[in-house]
Amino acid sequence: MSEKTIFEQSSTGRGGITWPKCDVPTASIESLLGEDVLRSELPLPELSQIDVIRHYTRLSTTNYGVDTGFYPLGSCTMKYNPKINEEIARIHGFADLHPYQDEATVQGILKLLYDMQAFLAEIGGMDATTLQPSAGAQGELTALMIFKRHHERVGESRRHIVIVPDSSHGTNPATAARCGYEVLVVASGPNGFVDLESLKSELSGEVAAFMLTNPNTLGLFEPNIIEISRLVHECGALMYCDGANMNAILGINRPGDAGFDAMHLNLHKTFASPHGGGGPGSGPVAVKKFLEPYLPTPVVSCIDDSYLQDYDRPDSIGSLHGFYGNIGVLLRSYAYILSLGAEGLREVSENAVLNANYLLSRISAEYDVPYGSRCMHEFVASADRQKLHGVRAMSVAKRLIDYGFHPPTVYFPLIVSEAMMVEPTETESVEMLDSFADAMIAIAREVETDPEIVKSAPHITEISKVDEALAARKPVLRWNPSGE
Amino acid sequence: MSYCPNTNADRERMLRSIGVNSIDDLLTQIPEDLLVKRALNVPGPLSEMELSQEMSAIAVMNANLSEYASFLGAGIYDHYIPATVGAITGRSEFYTSYTPYQPELSQGNLQAIWEFQSLVCELTGMQVANASMYDGASALAEAAMMTSGINRRREWVVSGCLHPSYLRVLRTYAWAAGFDVRECCRSGILTDSDSLIAQITDDTACVIVQNPNFFGALESLTEMESAAHRHGALFVMSVDPISLGILKTPGDYNADICVAEGQSLGISQGYGGPLLGLFACKQEFVRHMPGRIAGATVDEHGKRAYTLTLQTREQHIRRERATSNICTNEALLALAASVYLCTLGKKGLTEVANLCLQKSHYAAEAIGRIPGFELPCKAHFFKEFVVKSDSDIRELNRGLMKKRIVGGLDLGRFYPDLQDHMLFCATEKRTKAEIDSLIDGMAQS
Amino acid sequence: MNPKDLKYSSSHEWVKCEGDIAVIGVTDHAQSELGDVVFAELPLVGAKVTKAISFGTLESVKTVSDLVAPVSGEVVDVNAALPDMPEVVNSDPYGSGWMIRVKMSSPGELDDLMTSDQYEMFLQEH
Repeated sequence: MSEKTIFEQSSTGRGGITWPKCDVPTASIESLLGEDVLRSELPLPELSQIDVIRHYTRLSTTNYGVDTGFYPLGSCTMKYNPKINEEIARIHGFADLHPYQDEATVQGILKLLYDMQAFLAEIGGMDATTLQPSAGAQGELTALMIFKRHHERVGESRRHIVIVPDSSHGTNPATAARCGYEVLVVASGPNGFVDLESLKSELSGEVAAFMLTNPNTLGLFEPNIIEISRLVHECGALMYCDGANMNAILGINRPGDAGFDAMHLNLHKTFASPHGGGGPGSGPVAVKKFLEPYLPTPVVSCIDDSYLQDYDRPDSIGSLHGFYGNIGVLLRSYAYILSLGAEGLREVSENAVLNANYLLSRISAEYDVPYGSRCMHEFVASADRQKLHGVRAMSVAKRLIDYGFHPPTVYFPLIVSEAMMVEPTETESVEMLDSFADAMIAIAREVETDPEIVKSAPHITEISKVDEALAARKPVLRWNPSGE
Repeated sequence: MSYCPNTNADRERMLRSIGVNSIDDLLTQIPEDLLVKRALNVPGPLSEMELSQEMSAIAVMNANLSEYASFLGAGIYDHYIPATVGAITGRSEFYTSYTPYQPELSQGNLQAIWEFQSLVCELTGMQVANASMYDGASALAEAAMMTSGINRRREWVVSGCLHPSYLRVLRTYAWAAGFDVRECCRSGILTDSDSLIAQITDDTACVIVQNPNFFGALESLTEMESAAHRHGALFVMSVDPISLGILKTPGDYNADICVAEGQSLGISQGYGGPLLGLFACKQEFVRHMPGRIAGATVDEHGKRAYTLTLQTREQHIRRERATSNICTNEALLALAASVYLCTLGKKGLTEVANLCLQKSHYAAEAIGRIPGFELPCKAHFFKEFVVKSDSDIRELNRGLMKKRIVGGLDLGRFYPDLQDHMLFCATEKRTKAEIDSLIDGMAQS
Repeated sequence: MNPKDLKYSSSHEWVKCEGDIAVIGVTDHAQSELGDVVFAELPLVGAKVTKAISFGTLESVKTVSDLVAPVSGEVVDVNAALPDMPEVVNSDPYGSGWMIRVKMSSPGELDDLMTSDQYEMFLQEH
C-alpha cells in the first residue's frame, strides 16, 4: 500500500499540538502591524498528532539506511553511525547554545571547535582549518576561493584555469565554475592514473589550481603524486585535494605531506556523522600555513587560555556560513575521533582497505575489474561482460535489491563503461562481505541463464521502476489541491 | 573503539583469501616516503562510557539556554520544538539513509522531500521549491547567483538591513564569481527605499530585501518590488518562516525568489548549525533553480511514486555548467521542518506567530517605559525590536546573566553607528514572568 | 536508415536544404544514445548561430548534450511543439522532431557536411 500524502490526510479543525493562552495583555494583530501586511489564508494541512506520527513512521519503513543493511556506495563511505554520538549531540549544553552568546559562557564548545580545527589539520597534514563549510562541495568552493585570494595577493590574478582529471566528481568542475574559473580536463592514462604528459601539456602560467581526489575515484592511490605536486607548483599553481576518499588513508598518508596545499574533509563520510538522507553534512577545509590568512571569518582562536571567535582577519575571503558551520555535525565527528584515537583512525583505514580488496578478489572472476586486482578502500567493477548478454550495470544494481542489498554507485566514474563503484567500509563483517559477494556471483549466473529476471528487477520492492522521463518532461514538484 | 567487527582471525582469513601476508602488502601503492611513520597526534581512544563522561564535562562548561530565559534572536531563535520532531528524525531509516538516488529503496525520503517542497510553497506563497539549501545565508547567495544566471546581469542591489552575516556571505560569493554587490543605505532601522531604488539600473540582476529585516522591522516592499521589475531586475526576499503565520507572503509581494532560514521550524539553536535553507521561486524559473528537487511520477504499474528530477541541472551531470555545485542539502532538517509544520498545522503556526507578536510587543512597551532605555524607531515589528540603552550593554547583560536571563544582542558588535543599541527578541517561549524579570533586571541596572 | 536527401555533421545533426533555409535536427543515432529526451533548450527566432558552436542543449533524464550548429546563419523558425512533446525527438527525429530553421549565411558550409553514406561509414568507424 502506498502512503497517501500528508495533504490528503488533512481534515479541517484538526491540530497536533496546543499552545498556552497568551499570558501578556494582547492587542489586535491589525493594531500592531497595520492591515495591509496580513496574509489572507495559510493553507497548511491540519492533522492530529497520531496521524502525523503514523504518516512519517510509515514513510520511514520504505527507506533503507545503514542501520537496515549493507550500503556499498562508492565514494560515499556509508559506515556505521555510532549511537553515542546522537546522544551527545542532544545534550542541552551543546544543542541549546546561541551563536551570539557571551563567549565567556561557551568556552566548552569553543575549546572543542578549536581542538577540532587542530585535529583535522593533523589528520590532513595541514596547518590550519576552517570549520565553516556545510558540505564537501562548499568546502571545495571555499578552498578555490582561498586559492583565488592567494593568487590575487601575489599579483597573479591572470590565472583563470582550473584543471580536473576526467575521473573527477562533478562537484569539482561545477565548483571551479562558481569561482569564475575555466575548467580544463586532463585525461587519465591506461592505469587510471593522471597522465603526466597530458598534465604537463595543460600546465601554464594561466593555471590556478589542479583539483585531485587521492586515492582517486577508481580507488587507486596516485603513485606519481609527488611528481604531480612538483609540476603544478613549478608553474605557480596550487594543489587541491578532494578528501572524499580519506577513509582509505587515515593515519597512513596525509595529503599535506604529498604536496597538497588545501583539502576538504567530508565529516558525514569519513568521520561517521549520519548522512541524514541527504544532509546535514560538513566539509571543513584544511590548508597550509601560507594560506591561513585567507580562511573564512571567523576562526576559533585561543588567547591566554581563553577561546574566542576571531573576526579580526583582514585578508579573509569572507564567510560561507551565516554563523560558524554545522556545529552539530562537527560535534559528532569530534566524539568519533576521541573514541578512536590515533590507533583507531589507522584501524579504520586498514580495515576499509582490507574489506575492499577482499570483496574485489571474491567477485573478480565474474565481473571485469578494469584497473587491476588491488585497490584502496573502494574499487570500480564493470558490467561490460554482462552487457554482452544484454544486461547493463543499472540492472545488476537493481537486482541486488531483490537480494536485500542497497546497490553500489553506478555509471560513475565516467571513464569506466558500465561502472559499478563499490565501497564496503570498515564497519562491515566478513560474513556480510561474503553475503554480498555471493549475491553478485548469483546475479552474474542469472545474466547467463535468465537475463530477463535481472533486466526487469527489482521485483520485491513496493514500487517498481519509476518513470523518470515523465518526471522530467512534466514536472510535478508540489501538492496541488486542484490538480492532484 | 573503531566499530570494526572483524577480529584478527577474520582478518587473517581474508588476507589469505586475497593471497597476501599482511595489510601492509595492500598499501604498496603508496610511495614509501609518504607513509606516516608515527601515530597521529589526536587524543583517545576512549571507551563509550569515558566518551560520554568527557563530552558531558565539556557541555557543562557551556551556559545552555534551556536554563535561561533568552531574549537573543538575530537570525537564530529559541522556539519550542514539539516532541513529534525528534521522534521522527530519530528514526534511523531516515537519518542513516543516503540521498535518494535509487527511488525503489527510498520512497519514504522522496515523498518526505516532495511534501517538504509543497509545505514551503504553501508557507511562502511561491510556486515551486527545492529540497533545501545549507542555510539561509548561502540560500540567499545562491538566489542572487541564480538571478544573474537568468538575466546575465552583474549587479545585485541589496538593502542595508540584511543580516550582516548574510551580507558578508553574499559579498564572498559575489567576489568569487565576479558579481557586484551594491548595498544601499539604512534610514534608522529600515531600508532607505529611495536610495535603494536610485541604485537600480539596467545592469541590476536582482534587488534583495529581508522582511522582517535584521532589526526585526517590517519593510515597505511594494515600491521596491515595482522598481525592480520596471528595470527588468528580479525581486528576491529573505523572510522569517514563523512570521509567515501572519504576514503576507513573498508570493503576495510578487517576489521572483524567496529564501529563508528554517531553523525556527523545529531545529535547535545548536550554536548556529546545522541549519536549513528554504528556497522557492516562480514556476518559470524552475530549470534555473539550484539544489535537488523531487517530483511525482508513476512506476511501471501506474502506481504513484516519487523521484529526484530535473537532475540535468545538477553537478553530477552538468558539471561545469550546473546551476550550482551543491550536492548535499539538509534533508534531515527539512524533515524536521515538515514534521514541525504538520504538527502545528494552519492554526498552530498562526498561534505561535501571534504569541511571538504579543510577547515581543509587551516586552518592548515595558522596556520603553524604563528610564534610560528607549525604542528609537516607530517601525512596525514582528518578534524583534531595537532598544537604545544609556547603560553599558556588556555590564547590563552580565547582570542579567546572573538572574538567568540572556539579554539582547549588542548591535555595536556589527554597526559602529549603533553602539548603545540592543536587539531583543521574544518568542512564544518567553512567559510573562520571564519578561517581567527582564524588565526588573534592566530597571535595576 | 538515415534519409538520403539529408546532410550530416560529425556531431550527429542533420540538415535538410530548402533553398537558402537549412532545417536542422538530430540523427537517429543521437536520439538513441541520449535516451528519452525530456527537454530541449533552443534559441529564439532572430538569434544567430555559428557553425561548430553550440546553439542549445538536449536533455535526457541522465545526460545533457550540446546541439552543435552544422551551418551558420539566423534562426527564422523554432519547432514550437518541442517544449510540450520533447519525446518526438526520439520517435521521429527526421520529421516532426526538427529543431530550428536557419537562413544560411554561407551555404558553402553545406559542402563540409557528410552524405548519408558517408555518415553511415562514420558511425561504423566510431
